[in-house]
Amino acid sequence: MMKQIIFAAILLLTLIILGYSFYRIYRFFKLTRPAFKIKDHAQRFNELMRVAFGQSKIFRWPFTGLMHALVFWGFLVITIGSVEMVIDGVAGTHRALGVLGAVYNVIIGSGDVFAVIVLLAILIFLGRRLVMNINRFNGIELRKKSKQDAILALTLIFLLMVSLLGMNMAYVALYESKVWFEGVYPVSRWFSDLFLDGIPYDQLLIVHEVNWWTHILLIFIFANVLPYSKHFHVFTSLPNVYLSRLTPVGKMNTMEDVKTEVEMMMNPEAAQEPPAEELASFGVSDAEHITWKNYLDSLSCTQCGRCTSVCPANQTGKKLSPRKIMVDTRARMKERGPQLLDHGKNADDKKMLIEDFITAEELWACTTCNACVIECPININQPELILEMRRYLVLEQAKAPGELSTMLTNIENNGAPWQYSPEDRMKWSEELFMNV
Amino acid sequence: MTEQKKIDIPIMADLHSKGKKPEYLFWVGCAGAYDDRYKKVTRAFAKILTYFDVDYAVLGTEETCTGDPARRAGNEMLFQMQAMQVIETFKNYDIKKIITICPHCFNTFKNEYPDFGGNYEVIHHTRFINQLLEAHPGKVNADILKKYNIAYHDPCYLGRANGEYDAPREVISKVASKTLEIDPHKSNALCCGAGGAQMFKEAEPGDREVYDMRTEQALATGADVVATACPFCMTMITDGLKLQKKEDKVKNYDIAELVAMALGI
Repeated sequence: MMKQIIFAAILLLTLIILGYSFYRIYRFFKLTRPAFKIKDHAQRFNELMRVAFGQSKIFRWPFTGLMHALVFWGFLVITIGSVEMVIDGVAGTHRALGVLGAVYNVIIGSGDVFAVIVLLAILIFLGRRLVMNINRFNGIELRKKSKQDAILALTLIFLLMVSLLGMNMAYVALYESKVWFEGVYPVSRWFSDLFLDGIPYDQLLIVHEVNWWTHILLIFIFANVLPYSKHFHVFTSLPNVYLSRLTPVGKMNTMEDVKTEVEMMMNPEAAQEPPAEELASFGVSDAEHITWKNYLDSLSCTQCGRCTSVCPANQTGKKLSPRKIMVDTRARMKERGPQLLDHGKNADDKKMLIEDFITAEELWACTTCNACVIECPININQPELILEMRRYLVLEQAKAPGELSTMLTNIENNGAPWQYSPEDRMKWSEELFMNV
Repeated sequence: MTEQKKIDIPIMADLHSKGKKPEYLFWVGCAGAYDDRYKKVTRAFAKILTYFDVDYAVLGTEETCTGDPARRAGNEMLFQMQAMQVIETFKNYDIKKIITICPHCFNTFKNEYPDFGGNYEVIHHTRFINQLLEAHPGKVNADILKKYNIAYHDPCYLGRANGEYDAPREVISKVASKTLEIDPHKSNALCCGAGGAQMFKEAEPGDREVYDMRTEQALATGADVVATACPFCMTMITDGLKLQKKEDKVKNYDIAELVAMALGI
């Protein structure tokens, strides 16, 4: 009974802290602008199955893709066991989901195998981070803290798998001959014979308890670290994929405010008078101008750097890094959010997302080739923010690079980005012959 | 002995005044009309349309910029004004089907104009040519291009943006005997460096230019022709070949030019 009370108290504490973290993030979401109406649920579900559960985009890099997919699928199966541990902890039961019978055996059996697979994958990941000098894991946007963050998450997952296996091994050694023994343990059964043979019952009980508590407490700790870590994607990537931008990647979003204005200009009679709203600012210059989708993208970015490694500007040594756009956006909201919540929208810290975090030089280097978008394993759209910041520079500040200003003037005056007369448009067709 | 025939390009306004309405609008684009190198592509495509008796017309002096570079340079206002103006022109001639020789125009018409009420069947010239060749088999003389090893560079706005990887490759396979794939290609392909309004400005400082890197990847295939399907890609790859001092040995042709050659027109 005592164990149940202690467990329930710890669980409650975990949920309270987690709830607070989510509430904070929810309040930041409320500062953002609308993105799009969430419809087309069938298509979204399909995308969730393909990209998230099927891990289709992560496999664009076959080896690390497979490693990640195995960790993810393992996570899904093992999580069911974690839910059971919570039930057991509160209700004082043993292997409460055992009532599921054959289904339970499949879940626990595959979870047991996955524990070893995940353990090995994590060791490979740690090796890649600590030993191999992989370009993708460096970059100006990745500070020491990002690296520590990665190592911490990998270490926690490693310990989670060790304790899970320890718990299963002790469970097999203790109860395999008992009538109410639940589950199948293909790996732990074998390990148990290997490592726990001949250990007295009392000590096995302790091994089981220690691993049980270690495992569940690590889950509680991990869950509460996540909202403050780049590994928040454990929570946000599924929603992020479900809430993917469904329009073709080449399409840029239409600014509705501008549309109303242009319609009025082109056809003053037909256009409707726009509702007298407060004057909108065009584009994005700071965290409060981004949409909820941009913010969700930034929270979901796990800084894997696949976007940056395929970016043509980045590959040729230019300052742009699509990953940095996401890292900076998240960092700026973390700084800007509390100011806005405490002091209202007039709060001013003399800083902005643009220039203080992301420079015009980075923004103008983007070719909008969409390699980053195609590559991102969880459908983040980096060029959308880049374009919105360009819009701010051009529409609010009239700050386009000189040659682009010339190009824009040419379109305005001649209907072409080059300074040629519209009268010369058919010159290509003069004296045109073909062989017959 | 081949004979030369003068071609007259049908213009929408002329046909309209005669009460005629062609099936397709051939959208030439600013590069197709003004860029000296890309004018050759425009001519090649016009020859192909004439050769296959396609019912088409161009807008001529009524054509203007789609607004694509303005939008990508952040000037949404100018983009929208261009878009509404172009849609108005299309409305005048009741245009339903558009063929473009520029993936940027293609993308804008297909994906962005619907927000302004402009809904069209938009066809990139590589797809249109592929359909023509399929509908009229046996016209191409594959021997003409036999000497070339052809590598195709995927334009971002055709490939990644609109998923068109196959039509250009199918066309090349119909006119050539040897085709090569650049590493990386299709959805992994490297940009030529000109999209997103980069065409109209110097690149930001870096270690090298994107077009140089892409040209190097194309040259690594050992191809003697780099085939492109976009005016910007053509400018960039041509510059890349010059920078690599390979312009005498390796040629850069648009898909339309290759087909015109293979048709002997």
